[in-house]
Amino acid sequence: MDLSFTALILIIPILTFLVLGLNYSRIKEPWSGIIGSVAIGITALISYYTAYLYFFEIGKDADGVYQKIYAMNMVWVYFTDTLHIDMGILLDPISAMMLVVVPTISWMVNIYSIGYMHKEGGFTRFFAYLSLFTFSMLGLVLATNLFMIYIFWEMVGVSSYLLIGYYYNKPSAVLASKKAFIVTRFADFGFLLGILFVSYYGKTFDFGVLSSQAFISEMQMQGTAFMGLSVITWALILIFIGGAGKSAMFPLHIWLPDAMEGPTPVSALIHAATMVVAGVFLVARLFPLYFFMDGGVALDVVAWVGAFSTLFAAIIAFSQYDIKRVLAFSTMSQIGYMMLALGVSGYDGHEGLGFMASMFHLFTHAMFKALLFLGAGSIIHAVHSNYMQDMGGLRKYMPITHITFLIAALAISGIPPLAGFFSKDEILVASLIHQKYLIFGVTYAVAGMTAFYMFRLYYRIFWWNEPHYHHTPHEAPKTITIPLLVLATMTLISGFIPFHSLVTADGKAFHTHLHWDVIIASVGIASLGIGFATIMYKKQNMLSTRFRAAFGLFYKWSFNKFYMDEVYMFVTKKIIFNGVSRPFAWFDRHVVDGAMNGVGNGTMWISDKVKGLQSGKVQDYAMYFVSGVVFIAMLFWYLLN
Amino acid sequence: MNWNTFFLMRHEIVLTLIILLLLLIDVFVDDKKKLNPIAIIAFAVYTLLGFLPLESGSLFGGMFVNSPLINVLKNAMNIGVLMITLSAVSWVNAKMLPLKKVGEFYILLFSSYLGMLFLVSSGHFLMLYLGMELATLPVAALAAYDIFSRKSSEAGIKLILNAALSSGILLFGASIIYMTTGSLYFSSIANNVSNSYLMILGLIMLFAGFGFKISLVPFHFWTADVYEGAPTPVSNYLSVISKGGAIFILMILAFVVFNQLNYLWLPLFYGISIVTMFLGNFFALRQKNLQRFMAFSSVAQAGFILMGMLSFDQMAVTSVVYFIAIYIVSNIGAFGVIQAVGIASGKWEMDDYNGFYRTNPKMALVLMLALFSLAGIPPLAGFFGKFFLYTSAASQGYYWIVFLGILNATIALYYYLLVIRSAFLRTSENPIPYFKSDWYMRISMILVAIALIMLGLYSPFYSYINSLSIL
Repeated sequence: MDLSFTALILIIPILTFLVLGLNYSRIKEPWSGIIGSVAIGITALISYYTAYLYFFEIGKDADGVYQKIYAMNMVWVYFTDTLHIDMGILLDPISAMMLVVVPTISWMVNIYSIGYMHKEGGFTRFFAYLSLFTFSMLGLVLATNLFMIYIFWEMVGVSSYLLIGYYYNKPSAVLASKKAFIVTRFADFGFLLGILFVSYYGKTFDFGVLSSQAFISEMQMQGTAFMGLSVITWALILIFIGGAGKSAMFPLHIWLPDAMEGPTPVSALIHAATMVVAGVFLVARLFPLYFFMDGGVALDVVAWVGAFSTLFAAIIAFSQYDIKRVLAFSTMSQIGYMMLALGVSGYDGHEGLGFMASMFHLFTHAMFKALLFLGAGSIIHAVHSNYMQDMGGLRKYMPITHITFLIAALAISGIPPLAGFFSKDEILVASLIHQKYLIFGVTYAVAGMTAFYMFRLYYRIFWWNEPHYHHTPHEAPKTITIPLLVLATMTLISGFIPFHSLVTADGKAFHTHLHWDVIIASVGIASLGIGFATIMYKKQNMLSTRFRAAFGLFYKWSFNKFYMDEVYMFVTKKIIFNGVSRPFAWFDRHVVDGAMNGVGNGTMWISDKVKGLQSGKVQDYAMYFVSGVVFIAMLFWYLLN
Repeated sequence: MNWNTFFLMRHEIVLTLIILLLLLIDVFVDDKKKLNPIAIIAFAVYTLLGFLPLESGSLFGGMFVNSPLINVLKNAMNIGVLMITLSAVSWVNAKMLPLKKVGEFYILLFSSYLGMLFLVSSGHFLMLYLGMELATLPVAALAAYDIFSRKSSEAGIKLILNAALSSGILLFGASIIYMTTGSLYFSSIANNVSNSYLMILGLIMLFAGFGFKISLVPFHFWTADVYEGAPTPVSNYLSVISKGGAIFILMILAFVVFNQLNYLWLPLFYGISIVTMFLGNFFALRQKNLQRFMAFSSVAQAGFILMGMLSFDQMAVTSVVYFIAIYIVSNIGAFGVIQAVGIASGKWEMDDYNGFYRTNPKMALVLMLALFSLAGIPPLAGFFGKFFLYTSAASQGYYWIVFLGILNATIALYYYLLVIRSAFLRTSENPIPYFKSDWYMRISMILVAIALIMLGLYSPFYSYINSLSIL
């Protein structure tokens, strides 16, 4: 079957970007928003069709196992028969799943932004960037090889940078965009090194080859090792550093809270639903390699980093007052879930439950977290503040936002039958059946904590007591409420998607069993969290102040995000700048520049001296010509004798 | 003559017909301005015709050869000439229309190009010589075409005198080779080469003749004076088409005909390549006049191409043909802008370009793309062109010359950036005023911009050439 139409999934967004970007002063509001929404809408429809086609028509081979299908592939730069950089479109369960996630959220965010960005300067520029981001993200998920994914990975970083710094005359936004870019770039350095190692030792970039059993066993046979682990394992750890940077895993998470300086739709699209899960996607993409190399050492790293991050972020989320930052830390915590689920997963059949659970959670989380962010945006739009202190009692004024936000909060807390319940439950089961009890404990505790801080957020916004509003808040326009309703519907139903027969580690469907013990325990702790939050925050009272005083130092640490930013500042400013950069700068100024200036001046001097040869006289030229011939002839005469 | 032979020679036959047609029309048309679209449309049709598929074959007992690879080169040159004629219209209308000398321009240009076509298809030294003469003589007339400009006349004289000298030496070299091998056919020379001193002398003289066409050091001195004096479209033609064709046939001679003497010409290419790169760049650094600047830049580029030939295998052929195609586009872009500015405002100096971006942003962008491509900045086409030349040389272990090449690319980047700095970063009291170029020029520049971006990103072009590059 000819799948070349899938190229449109990438072509339409980039064309939209070019059209909007090149005419940004000519296309006026709201037309750019309409163009963007329609274009991404078409992209979404084509993507859905492709995903449908893959899952139900062409994806399975004769044995009912999902295959990798190269919808398109062309050699871009050729090195050897096995090592070449391709550009193409790869369809497999996870990319087909992402074909549902990315365009859906992007489409909703585009529609939402028509209302949200109303009367903001640079309206068209905003939609141009959104299209660029959509293009990059889709390229990332459809990439056929490591090099292509790296290119799109960086483009995603660039569009994220542009969108965080969208309010470029606001210094904090500019600082945040720089921070996000630098931190993720730093992590990408690890990614690039990993790619270079893989390509050097494995002689291929191609995902199909990289995840084949033949390649893995060949790499296992190869003796090249460093500190007891094979080079490929080291490469995988380096690649994971790149993934950890994009997915805001500890200790590379510091950019994510600051990234909330961007417009809220951007936070919903990039920093909640799509770009930040790129790291999870990357690990899932190379999952067979992670699982089989050296018995899964690299995968253990993924599991522990994920487990630590999820707990770390949940603790910080307790004490934040900026509603977007609460959501940011919650995102970090949930991505930690996905990472640890991958980390504990096996490969064959039901053993691969963790993989399935992680992808499932990625899917459902994208829906309800985008919904939470868009809801937060709607609230910020109404009260013109990010801080809980300025909110309260909003349920009366914004009924639609209230209901959708509540649905999302219940979903992320894991209350049945909402989406988050199913996926979170699978993660708990996965960590339990693989006997990772410590990880299970962390996951379980975080489930309760999540319920608590999400409902703290919910009650502080919609209940608590009403502050004195300057003007009465009112419900957002239709362009904002419709995306909220669509995403709320997705949150309600997406838990029933049979992921275990669609997206699995080895492509084979398997049966999941209900673990009533886990279900009861997890719903129990979630209810407990919600219950506590209800007691403390439903009406204004002094309970929370007393708790704060009781925890004292610990609260302060949490409030200040465990001083991670300060640690980074100390390391970069005090140690690296003074200890490393200064001596290098001296060397650069005196030795390198000196040599370069010398070369430059020398070149100019020679250039000045030879100028005289070009006299403009024909007879001179003829003489040079003939003497050139004679000289070469004599030189050869001499050399050959 | 049957259809097959027509097909083999279709470029040459159709172009000859076009030239004859133009001669006829020129007599009957009073409004000479109409000749522009007629010539260009005829040439465009001819260009399209060149893309028909082709089988390898030879005619006249091997004097004339054609192959898919040669066809690719001819097509690239066709497109180049088409772009040059498109961009030349504004000059022709400005300078030549009042004198009613429109038709001759196209007739001379196409005649010279016909010579280039015969040159790249030659399989015999006589054909080679005839092609080269036919390519050179009309260009000398074209160089002196601007009859009111003393510089133009000077350029014509310098070109014809130098060309006479070089073709004399080339002919002498060919005679010596005939003396030692007893044949003028490339195929039989290849079987009879010997390493006698006479043979070597012949080879060097032959090389000098080509060195003139390609402007390799020390046979390059005419380049700057002629490029500066000649009308810009003519300099443009000389710098790309004339050079590209000559390089190709030099490569055929070296790789096929004198393959067994590679221990001789390899060090020759090696040395001349280094000298040419360095000297071209050293001269280019000092130039303030943009036409002279482009002249020396094109000298330096020739050195790069020679470097790519060192591995003399399939990759060398591919990378050289690929580079020629890209170089044609890049240089035409740069020359096109320089010419448009020169005609609109009469300014040819680098400092005149201060503030160019403010007044003519689109032209400035094309200039930037073209110069960045010449400098080899990714992801433009020029980067990949240079990249494959380096790879080709490095694949046979010529690391030193690759290192020197990269050093030279850095020097070159410096002087290309000088122009871009003038156009984009500097401001001026009286910048080049805004001007509207005609549609011919615009089409040509849009084609250039698209080609510069697409040739870099669309790699099947390289693979396609590679699949044909079996000599």
